Amino acid sequence: MYSPVFRIGTGAGFSSDRLDPAVDLVREGALDVLVLECLGERTVAFAHRDRLADPTRGYNAHLERRMQALLPAAFAAGTTIITNMGAANPRAAAERTLAIARKLGLKGLKVACIEGDDVSRIVSLDQPLMDEPGTLADFQMPVVGMNAYLGADAIIPALEAGANVIIGGRLADPSMFLSPLMHHFGWKTTETARLGAGTLVGHLMECGMQVTGGYFADPGVKDVPDLARCGYPIAEVREDGSATITKLTSAGGCVTTATVKEQLLYEVHDPARYLTPDVTADFSRVEIAADGDNRVRVSNAGGAARPQTLKVTVGFDAGFHGEAGVSYAGPSAQDRGRLAADIVNERLRKAHGIKAEVRIDLIGVSSLFATAGSPPTGTQDARLHVALRSRARDEVETMLWEVESLLCCGPAGGGGYRGQITPCVETKSVLIDRERVKPTFEMFVA
Amino acid sequence: MTAPAKNPRRIIRDIAHARAGDKGNTSNINVWVYDPADFDLLKRVLTAERIKEAFPALIRGPVQRYVIEHLHGLNFVMQSALEGGVNSSLNLDSHGKSFSYLILGLPIEDAASAP
Repeated sequence: MYSPVFRIGTGAGFSSDRLDPAVDLVREGALDVLVLECLGERTVAFAHRDRLADPTRGYNAHLERRMQALLPAAFAAGTTIITNMGAANPRAAAERTLAIARKLGLKGLKVACIEGDDVSRIVSLDQPLMDEPGTLADFQMPVVGMNAYLGADAIIPALEAGANVIIGGRLADPSMFLSPLMHHFGWKTTETARLGAGTLVGHLMECGMQVTGGYFADPGVKDVPDLARCGYPIAEVREDGSATITKLTSAGGCVTTATVKEQLLYEVHDPARYLTPDVTADFSRVEIAADGDNRVRVSNAGGAARPQTLKVTVGFDAGFHGEAGVSYAGPSAQDRGRLAADIVNERLRKAHGIKAEVRIDLIGVSSLFATAGSPPTGTQDARLHVALRSRARDEVETMLWEVESLLCCGPAGGGGYRGQITPCVETKSVLIDRERVKPTFEMFVA
Repeated sequence: MTAPAKNPRRIIRDIAHARAGDKGNTSNINVWVYDPADFDLLKRVLTAERIKEAFPALIRGPVQRYVIEHLHGLNFVMQSALEGGVNSSLNLDSHGKSFSYLILGLPIEDAASAP
């Protein structure tokens, strides 16, 4: 079983990532492990809302389709799937996966469910916030869930027990990649340089195509071949922790020193101190070198002891978020859009007494960079965009109504009204002593 | 005598590429030169102070710059720079994913005119 090169692929880098390139990767990638990273801080809070509404839900919305498509090929190839698609309900996700495996006739397939990340019974509301003043109690909003980031030590027992599929909730992104490397190469928790190296692999891989040409293309300066068929990444990892990042030759996209560098510091602050549940990783001296066509070799990551605390994400129900818009085109489109903005603002404040912050942009003139200050454009195609967040749904509904009313009551030639209301969550972070978090796993066999 | 400019390079995008990420209300943007020969110019032009001054209404907190000398890159960590962050920003782009192009759009010449 022991191989000097361990092959890990990514099959999702966020909750709504593509499925078909993951199927290609499992079929053609000769992978030891496929990781599906599907959880962000807000994703888990939304999942808690789903679970509160229906106790059988609260896991990734695409879990069924993903498992249906991936399980047969992964089981046949001997590829272990590790995922945090369990979100707020790993047990239900594991049970669904087991049912799908049985339906597909995958007899003997072992599904491990990891629990223990839900610390809502352990963390009290007087807990101080991680990186700002105050406590959780200050927010006066209903808590929907609290999840501690679990590390490799929560996943390795399931690997040792021979799981084919490992499903958890708040498994830390890089830990899903590091844990099979520790298990395969026998890296100890004291070998911090190795853990730093494995964490680098996880960090580069956890956003999927962001290292193979996604979130990268800029026509003329950073062209990416065949981006519509972009492939997920593969990491070929060696015992010393060095790795080659690559992709299937049949897939689109590219792996270059530039795609790897951009991902190296994605969502990283101090490159010498990247904190995970497993290690304090040091990416500041990482070497990145081209190693053939669409192959980039990374090495020289370092590491120091892991933090004694685990990060906990606390999700609050924050009400509703409304967005609504109307478009204006042709000569004077900008002037008519600005007039519409003034009307909506006056109506919401004076006719309805709404005090909540309302943001009004003119898309095509100034929107994403409005606060930063964008230069004026000469567009003849301007879209009024109004956004409002409130605990009170009726305030948000009033805003949508006002924007729609512009069709008859606003400036000339306004059309294309759309409006939507979506649930809103707020998240805060606290720290908890890791000794207080007790991850467990349970195995289900198809 | 002033030597004529070798290339009509106008903005940071002409010499570098960048990626933006978010954690709460903190934005980080990493910036990398295409040609290592331009790295000294990039370091001179893109200081933490310049970025803070360029977007005063957006970047409310301190800006820290990390230099990754051997890979020819800079990493800017900007606190209170995401209009509240993904939880509370009413910006269409509440993650600030597009903000890498704020930096790439800055003119090179402004700060580079001094030798």
